Amino acid sequence: MDLQLITRIELVTKPGFYDSEAQNVKSGAKDLGIRSVEKVYSYDVSYLLGEISKEDKIKIAENLLSDKVTQEYLIDKQFEMVHSKDHWSVEIIFNRGVTDMVAETTLKGITDLGISGVREAKTARRYDFIGRISDSEKNQIVEKLLMNKVIEHVVVPGETIFFPKMEDRFELVHVPILNADTDALLNISRERDLFLNLEEMQVIQNHFRGLDREPTDVELEMLAQTWSEHCSHKTLTGLIEYDGNIIDNLLKNTIFKVTSELNKSWCVSVFKDNAGIIEFDDDYNVCFKVETHNHPSAMEPYGGANTGIGGVIRDPMGTGLGAKPIINTDIFCFGPVDIKHSDLPKGVLHPKRVMQGVVAGVRDYGNRMGIPTSNGSIFFDERYLGNPLVYCGNVGLIPVDKCEKTIVPGDYILVVGGRTGRDGIHGATASSGELHTESEGTWSGAVQIGNPIVEKKLVDTLLQARDSGLYRAITDCGAGGLSSAIGELAETTGAEVQLDKVPLKYHGLTYMEIWISEAQERMVIFVPPDKVKDALELFASEDVEATIIGKTTSDKKIRLFYKDTIVGEMDMQFLHKGLPRTIRKAKWEKPEFTEEKFEQPAELTEYLHKILSSPNVCSKEWVIRQYDHEVQGGSVMKPLVGEKNDGPGDASITRPRLDSFKAVILSNGLNPKYGLLDPYAMAVSSIDEALRNIIAVGGNLKRTALLDNFCWGNTNKPDRLGGLVQAAQACYDAAKVFETPFISGKDSLNNEYQTENGESIAIPPTLLISAISVMEDARKAVTMDLKEPGNLLYIVGLTNYEMGGSHYFELLGKNSVSVPQVNFERAKKIFNDLSSAIDHNYVRSCHDCSEGGIAAAVAEMAFSGGFGATLAMNNIPKNPMNMRDDIVLFSESNTRFIVEVTPENKKLYEEKLADCPFAEIGKVTGEQKLIIKGSNGNILINEDIYILKESWQKTLRW
Amino acid sequence: MVPKVLVLRAAGSNCDFETKFAFDKAGAQTDLVHVNRLLSDDTKLDQYQILAIPGGFTYGDDISAGKILANQLKYKLAEKLNKFYRDGKLIIGICNGFQVLVKAGLLPVVDFMAEQSITLSNNDSGKFEDRWIYLNVNDGPCVFTRDIKKILYFPVAHAEGKFVPNDETVLNSLKENNQIVFQYISPHNGKTEYPDNPNGSIENIAGICDPSGRVLGLMPHPERHLDPTNNPLWTRKGLSGEGDGLKLFKNAVNYFLS
Repeated sequence: MDLQLITRIELVTKPGFYDSEAQNVKSGAKDLGIRSVEKVYSYDVSYLLGEISKEDKIKIAENLLSDKVTQEYLIDKQFEMVHSKDHWSVEIIFNRGVTDMVAETTLKGITDLGISGVREAKTARRYDFIGRISDSEKNQIVEKLLMNKVIEHVVVPGETIFFPKMEDRFELVHVPILNADTDALLNISRERDLFLNLEEMQVIQNHFRGLDREPTDVELEMLAQTWSEHCSHKTLTGLIEYDGNIIDNLLKNTIFKVTSELNKSWCVSVFKDNAGIIEFDDDYNVCFKVETHNHPSAMEPYGGANTGIGGVIRDPMGTGLGAKPIINTDIFCFGPVDIKHSDLPKGVLHPKRVMQGVVAGVRDYGNRMGIPTSNGSIFFDERYLGNPLVYCGNVGLIPVDKCEKTIVPGDYILVVGGRTGRDGIHGATASSGELHTESEGTWSGAVQIGNPIVEKKLVDTLLQARDSGLYRAITDCGAGGLSSAIGELAETTGAEVQLDKVPLKYHGLTYMEIWISEAQERMVIFVPPDKVKDALELFASEDVEATIIGKTTSDKKIRLFYKDTIVGEMDMQFLHKGLPRTIRKAKWEKPEFTEEKFEQPAELTEYLHKILSSPNVCSKEWVIRQYDHEVQGGSVMKPLVGEKNDGPGDASITRPRLDSFKAVILSNGLNPKYGLLDPYAMAVSSIDEALRNIIAVGGNLKRTALLDNFCWGNTNKPDRLGGLVQAAQACYDAAKVFETPFISGKDSLNNEYQTENGESIAIPPTLLISAISVMEDARKAVTMDLKEPGNLLYIVGLTNYEMGGSHYFELLGKNSVSVPQVNFERAKKIFNDLSSAIDHNYVRSCHDCSEGGIAAAVAEMAFSGGFGATLAMNNIPKNPMNMRDDIVLFSESNTRFIVEVTPENKKLYEEKLADCPFAEIGKVTGEQKLIIKGSNGNILINEDIYILKESWQKTLRW
Repeated sequence: MVPKVLVLRAAGSNCDFETKFAFDKAGAQTDLVHVNRLLSDDTKLDQYQILAIPGGFTYGDDISAGKILANQLKYKLAEKLNKFYRDGKLIIGICNGFQVLVKAGLLPVVDFMAEQSITLSNNDSGKFEDRWIYLNVNDGPCVFTRDIKKILYFPVAHAEGKFVPNDETVLNSLKENNQIVFQYISPHNGKTEYPDNPNGSIENIAGICDPSGRVLGLMPHPERHLDPTNNPLWTRKGLSGEGDGLKLFKNAVNYFLS
């Protein structure tokens, strides 16, 4: 390529202005323990390809790329900010084929300036470092701070920036399996990353023997994708041998079953569409979906989380005829962020880097899409080092008459939104395997980077198309890409697809790659023939690409063409029903150990400080503030509440319609610490926690639905699967009594990590329960911050000796087999009566007791409200009655609340709670002190609330 | 006459619905219009009295916040916008819309040929932040803040909101013409520092108008405080009246009714 055609423009922040990128790199180096970096400069670099006049170059630099007030630019030269022999310069650029959003926007901006002739653009970042930095330190800085080699590399002088266009290549590939023996079949599965087991390969072999032909590569890939754990949930819907019995479809026997038995009229669509739908008001329903994006986030935290939230937003967009996304949620599990780099297993990114990347990824996608991120939580545990968990959820608002799709033969199939590239090949099948030390390199194809603006344009246009009735069916391209989207949507009719028509990001993709690519921001719609013209015009008017790629048929086959050649043909019946059902063994044995006895410490203030500052309890404000939680204008209760808007709210409340006070409450429950000790208790605790949070802010059980997201280790191992059976049964038992149906769910299995010496580390069994509730009047909401001195404080619920997995025992290095359980009937009574008390406006503040128990809950209420509290412990309802004060204060028993009531409402409030365990335990005070007196009148805790607050805030104040 | 409001959309606008709701609630008739429709002249700017550029991340803020949309206004719609302004009409830009106005040449004075003299640069905190802030409203020509005599409480949500004038001359001219409409203020009467000034803006400036008072740009979001339940302190202080933001939109509508 003629170098003359490449223009390089470099920008620097003017002296006196804050260069945040450089500062982040500098403090990041310090985090790595590198002390030699004295100063860092960062530069934004743009490469442009094409014949550009000198004046146009200046025009582009001045009027488009640079900000005159804060930046300077150089054309075809580098800034020399430093003249020092201890100077090191390094430039980072995206790998070939990775989405470069800014470059795409730059091209548009250049066209807007009236400049033609720029054919391509690419962006890069350059850094100047000053300091005597050793080569090994430089390596660390590059690999651990500046780039992720999965998507980026260091620019080498003279390297090719723009590649010549590749030719479209076409070669029909058959895979010979008809005569393959078992070894050969397994080899094919392994070499092609199909993740199909022998039995599955043999079923495929027999199928093609019946057809008397070899399969093509794309047919095998389509089967592998459709039959992947990610798309078919074959473990949870398969056969499980447990306790001498065969469970035929665990989901059907637990989660689905309870929903069907409860048979709530307000459940509109459950477990069949991309998200579960419940009634909201006369005009609208709401839908909710939570997904995980664990494997991609482990490899590339920013891109993985970015596309995780981007992907789950497309679920409501692809539900019914499309919902408007209105709220995001996100829940993360990471390894400990204070772990030493030297203690990390090989191939694992540092948890702090994972967390920063994940948060930035969710932030940049959610904020740009204009969707408030209003609920979430973060959990830390060593066993998430190799397998961080990234749960992303989205709620959508959908008109009541747009909740069903119609699939008929003869409709046009359109792909709309983003273009197809090589990104995300094998994402669906890869999630069926374990991560290992070489994951970064071997699965780089599975990494994706999102472009939220493409998705925002897409949703804006789709909602107009929906309201104009321009399509009859819609779904998203997620895992498995077009293969999964069209394969599922056209299951009842059949479809023909012209793969050469699919718009591509770049040339050179094979038909197989086009079919299974997981490129982001794409949706598929089925358009009636008489609406095609209007649909294409509408999409064009909003700069959204829409392309006809096929038609629905009536022969229940999927047929793929590349130009005139048929490259794949498959019976829908075999594709969707042909998967053999493997029997998996499951067993569960409760761990047994004896508890060590220890003396009660005389003073507990120190322990309260430690609990408040522990990573799982401490303030997550650093994360929350980076999310826009106000956009769309309907925020009623924010994630941060209290006098200074920085206390931990129990749940979020949002008004989806600005002309109404009807609202949606969102909450979640997550208790991985109980997972290994007692998965049943873990599951019921998570449900209890999610529901407690709904009740605490003013919701009720009557209009509350649940979502389940199981993240587990390798369930081919019986002990892992045994825990899963327990947890699923717990979901049934709890939901049945609470009458809170499950409406959607998803599982992510195989979250294990192979270390160098072959050991497999599994994550703790982790069930996320998300709850969504419809609230009649948002003006009845209650926050958790103390409101007024003189008010009375109550405990509601029974405190048990349940210290297994508790923060207090963890601090002391102890453990217990007594994990918090739930008495369903009692819990239901408490939920309903407390909810009624709040509905009658008897309650001024309410907070659930969770991690850190009563002590942490009261402390949080006090410092969030800016008032003190005095508590006496003698009449707290407890079992056994002789339980020690420290246990009572820090036990994490379920179904408990601390409630603030005005003296005037004392009687009315107590009447409401008459049938529940409760007690008046203290008062709100005007002094800024939390004072807790033990059952003998001795002072157990006496501390300034703002000192407690500092402990709670300091840990993650990054 | 009920004034007509054009809320301008582009790829990545995302506060368009609530901005429309605000104007409609204030008594206007509001349309959401994609910039492509103005560029193609399918929609005539002439038929509107108020132009609102809402918050969001137009074109991803990919090069810098609001830059691409600003260039579209500056290089492709300048004539129409000049006429709109000369006809005595109103323009408001909120958050990303404010960034667009200063980069297009609609603030601090309406002059598409002028060099950009103000920018909204990266927050001093180095990151996107969503938080509620208190705003002092200065006396001056601004149409949108007429008769507002109290401290306002709005959320900000941005990564690039630090108000920076090119030099002292620019700042002095803003002061002389009473163009500084909103300044961040500490609720405790003390010096206004981070986080009360959430981004490090020079002189705590949160919003400015042109010398006529008919073009307003501000970083905080009045359209996110239309109802008292938006106020994060409502469970402490109770619900009464309307949200602080509604008055701005009512003032704009009333400008054409009186």
